[in-house]
Amino acid sequence: MQLIIVFTSGLVFGLGLIISGMSNPQNIIQFLDITSLWNPSLLMVMLGAIPVTTLGFYWIEKHHKTAYGSVLHLPGKTHIHAELIIGSIIFGAGWAIAGFCPGPALVALGAGYVKALVFIVAMILGMLLHDQAYLKVKQYFLHQTN
Amino acid sequence: MIIDIAWHQFTPVASLIGGVLIALSAISLLFFQGRILGISGILGSMMQWQSTPQGHLLWRIFFIAGILLSSWVYNIGFLMPILQIESNYSTLIFAGLLVGFGTRMGSGCTSGHAVCGISRFSIRSLIATLSFMLSGFLCAYLFFHGI
Repeated sequence: MQLIIVFTSGLVFGLGLIISGMSNPQNIIQFLDITSLWNPSLLMVMLGAIPVTTLGFYWIEKHHKTAYGSVLHLPGKTHIHAELIIGSIIFGAGWAIAGFCPGPALVALGAGYVKALVFIVAMILGMLLHDQAYLKVKQYFLHQTN
Repeated sequence: MIIDIAWHQFTPVASLIGGVLIALSAISLLFFQGRILGISGILGSMMQWQSTPQGHLLWRIFFIAGILLSSWVYNIGFLMPILQIESNYSTLIFAGLLVGFGTRMGSGCTSGHAVCGISRFSIRSLIATLSFMLSGFLCAYLFFHGI
């Protein structure tokens, strides 16, 4: 039952991206490229999403547990490090030139676009490059200096 | 600087409704699975197959499957809009690498930081969101007008 609800959540997320127009990369590019004709739709998506999520999350966090009585896995990190900012800047660059972030790219992949498949394969490669190469090299050097 | 609005492409009501659906999805994932809706985190954790226990993989597969099938479900009641992917293949590969690497390094993307993080009043997510938004505005200008 729990997995069916999780599947439905993914479905609703995808439908939200389609209805809001965010699965279309052209709407993202038109939002980020303010010097051409500007499309503020993404702003409306955030205006719809953030207040409702705030209320829902507030209620769940007060409740402390999931509907099944399990723990909530909430990100506890508050430390602001350089990688948070540098990583986000790198992400923003890729987001701007293709108009895709991870969620919408998955919707487009499901809709059968070969170009979305190419983007997602490259995105997974980029993730592996960070997790399997960059992090390991970093750990190796941290070990050396200690 | 004067900003001209693309009125023909601007869909305020549909975007607002879509945003509420995204919120409902984030709320149900936290309430029923105890997890934050962050696509880059969900995908990235699936790639760490060596260290991911099986129970943690299963819910991620079901969630991603829901997203992949959303256009099919949409097509039952409505006509799926055409997605305009105008970038060429080399741009898509370059952008994909940047998005993959950047979201892992910055621990999140639009869903995890901008929607869920800001909704939890996380300063960390606010800073991440401002960083990728500003970078996005600047890079869009440079890419489509500068170089």
